[in-house]
Amino acid sequence: MDEAFSFVFLMLASTLRVATPLVLCAMGGLFSEKSGIVDVGLEGKMLMAAFFAAATASVTGSAWAGVAAAILAAEALALLHGFACITYRGNQVVSGVAINILAAGLTVVLGTAWFARGGQTPPLLDGQRLLPLFLPGAGDNILVYAALLSVPLTWWIIARTRFGLRLRAVGEMPLAVDAAGLSVAWLRYRAVLLCGLLAGLAGAYLSIGQNAGFSRDMTAGQGFIALAAIIFGKWRPLPALGACLIFGLLDAMAIRLQGVRVPGVGEVPVQLIQAMPYLLTMFLLAGFIGRAVAPKAAGVPYEKEH
Amino acid sequence: MQALTPAAAAIELRGIEKSFGSVHAVRGVSLRIETGTITGIVGENGAGKSTLMSILYGLYRADAGEIWVDGQPVEMASPRDAIAHGIGMVHQHFMLIDSFTVLENMVLGAEGGLLLAGGLAAARAELARLARDYGLSIDPDVRVANLSVGEQQRVEILKVLFRGARILILDEPSAVLTPQETDRLFRILQTLRERGVTVVLITHKLREIMAATDRVYVMRQGRMVVERRTRDTSSEELAELMVGRKVRLDLDKAAPRQGEILLRAEHLSLVDDRGVRLLDDVGIELRAGEIVGIAGVTGNGQSELLQVLAGIRAPSEGRLTVCGRTLDARHPGNPADMRVLGLAHVPEDRLRQGMVAAFEASETSILGYQDGPPFTRHYLLDGPAVGAHCAQLMERFDVRPRSPGLRSSHFSGGNQQKLVLAREIARQPKVLLVGQPTRGVDIGAIEFIHRELVKARDAGCAVLVVSVELDEILSLADRILVMFAGRIVGEVEPGRADERRLGLMMAGADAA
Repeated sequence: MDEAFSFVFLMLASTLRVATPLVLCAMGGLFSEKSGIVDVGLEGKMLMAAFFAAATASVTGSAWAGVAAAILAAEALALLHGFACITYRGNQVVSGVAINILAAGLTVVLGTAWFARGGQTPPLLDGQRLLPLFLPGAGDNILVYAALLSVPLTWWIIARTRFGLRLRAVGEMPLAVDAAGLSVAWLRYRAVLLCGLLAGLAGAYLSIGQNAGFSRDMTAGQGFIALAAIIFGKWRPLPALGACLIFGLLDAMAIRLQGVRVPGVGEVPVQLIQAMPYLLTMFLLAGFIGRAVAPKAAGVPYEKEH
Repeated sequence: MQALTPAAAAIELRGIEKSFGSVHAVRGVSLRIETGTITGIVGENGAGKSTLMSILYGLYRADAGEIWVDGQPVEMASPRDAIAHGIGMVHQHFMLIDSFTVLENMVLGAEGGLLLAGGLAAARAELARLARDYGLSIDPDVRVANLSVGEQQRVEILKVLFRGARILILDEPSAVLTPQETDRLFRILQTLRERGVTVVLITHKLREIMAATDRVYVMRQGRMVVERRTRDTSSEELAELMVGRKVRLDLDKAAPRQGEILLRAEHLSLVDDRGVRLLDDVGIELRAGEIVGIAGVTGNGQSELLQVLAGIRAPSEGRLTVCGRTLDARHPGNPADMRVLGLAHVPEDRLRQGMVAAFEASETSILGYQDGPPFTRHYLLDGPAVGAHCAQLMERFDVRPRSPGLRSSHFSGGNQQKLVLAREIARQPKVLLVGQPTRGVDIGAIEFIHRELVKARDAGCAVLVVSVELDEILSLADRILVMFAGRIVGEVEPGRADERRLGLMMAGADAA
């Protein structure tokens, strides 16, 4: 009995641990996408944030300085994305991909130059990390709670505030927003900056919460999975949370199921289990979720006629 | 007796100028709109009416000139300024968000606080008051996507009033309405005027000017040509002023000499992947030497009907026989084969379906007919032959400028349409399908296009015209079919048709 309880508890805890960066990223991406700016660069923002969090924490010795640096790094990339897509009306996917490439390269180059450890940052001591708050061993650091809180908060902002109404409007029909005398660009910049904030927290969680240091490409596609979660959730916060938790659970199971023999099948190859989140992404995106209802103006730069 | 100090006009424009690149869209326009009147601004497409109003509403900045509102000079840098000065605009394309409720659309930009709840409650009360005062009732909680076009327009008007506008600009408000809805709109405008609202009505439909306005301004080629009291003028005079020469609004044509049936549609239905019936049991017979007109409000299946008849989409049910070939769900056609059989198609949306905007005019002039002689030899295009063909078409259809090498997108809408029409008619097709023959085309070119269609008919071509312009259908067609909700709801002879009855049929009311 006790064993079953502890198994369930551990599964839940590890699901939540894995899902935390996904949830933060998904809520960030949700703001951006709701405003009509597609953000393929979540991955890159998170990676850059993870690097700067670990680097700053290791140099200053303060986890909070690391968090601040992570946010600043992600916001810098968010501004770059906004500059390219809002001010200069560039292609949003191209800008996002460029940000991912930039982050993948720059983190390694800076890491090698500053710490000479093949792109890694020095391992962080406990005092330089975000530590579990209430449940030692469960990894429930403050960002896990922040992620959980971000979901109702995102819902509330989008559904119940003036900013949310305008955000939804600008993602559906920027022309109407313009005609109502509101600034399309300023609304979209705010959305993109909110996205940067949340992606920054997600990055900090990876390198100074869940792990003790940065290693190259440590985001491993989680930014894209967060993007997939937004789509499964049909651009709604609570369902997106559900999608993140499913991914988290699959990941947690992958760790638990390694080497376990399934009756009648034999030992499940580790690779197959690890591939599950990605396979699920493909499977769901291929039509399982039915008609996705993206904001109508997502991906389309807004141009005044003259 | 004239008062010594006349009351300040609601709006006064002085010497407004605006250029877009090399196009001088508005040239030194001055006008005066009195408080509490309905003023019409007429002009052909491209005369500068919409540009002028966009300047007044702060969407564009004027290059020179002054705007006075209620006797004060004002700066219109953005719509926010216009709204602050009590000016509201109902755009031709509604500025409504489909997925929002009426209430949410109303408050957008005027939410009255950081949180929505309070603003929405206040808006609900205000909406009830407006509904009472102006007779504009609408359910605040319904999604805009579920409203009819006429109702959506009412939401637009309410939105503008909600923002406290005292001056209301309507840009081509009747373009998407049935005649009944248009009448209703005009009654609403009269009510607004009685309550002291100033209304500016921009349109190219003279009948509406005559029916609804107190005073009318005529624009031509960016200039304000003349101002008249509506009761002192007539449609004929206004038409002449708009175009700058005498125009014949009616089309005289001989009685049709109908021949054999060239196109027969039987029980055609089209169901899309969501299961929506876009076409429902449509039957049509089209004979050589006649023009059949399809009337209807946009979005009642006319576009889909054209696509099925042209072989672009296969019908889900039913059968289509064109020029001796039969198509059905299992034997779909394709537009290239249909062309070979003698079916020509002038699509509704010429920019997307009728031409490639970035192509030269000469390339547009052979699009769809490019394979094989005389344009292609040994798999290569014969440039000089194509150019000569285009030059010949331009001459015959009076396309201006006569430059086969110019990009298609650089021609005006009317000239683009003439080029596409020339391409299709030049092949002397047996069946000619024409969608919105004069959409975005100015009055001068409308006359020409109509005469060419009648000429094709007299040469024995079977012509099918789909148009949302009722006047056009009435003057062109030998028989009129009315479409509503994907069905042909009735057939009318133009001699016996009146707009009221057609309008009722277009709105789906049983007029039998």
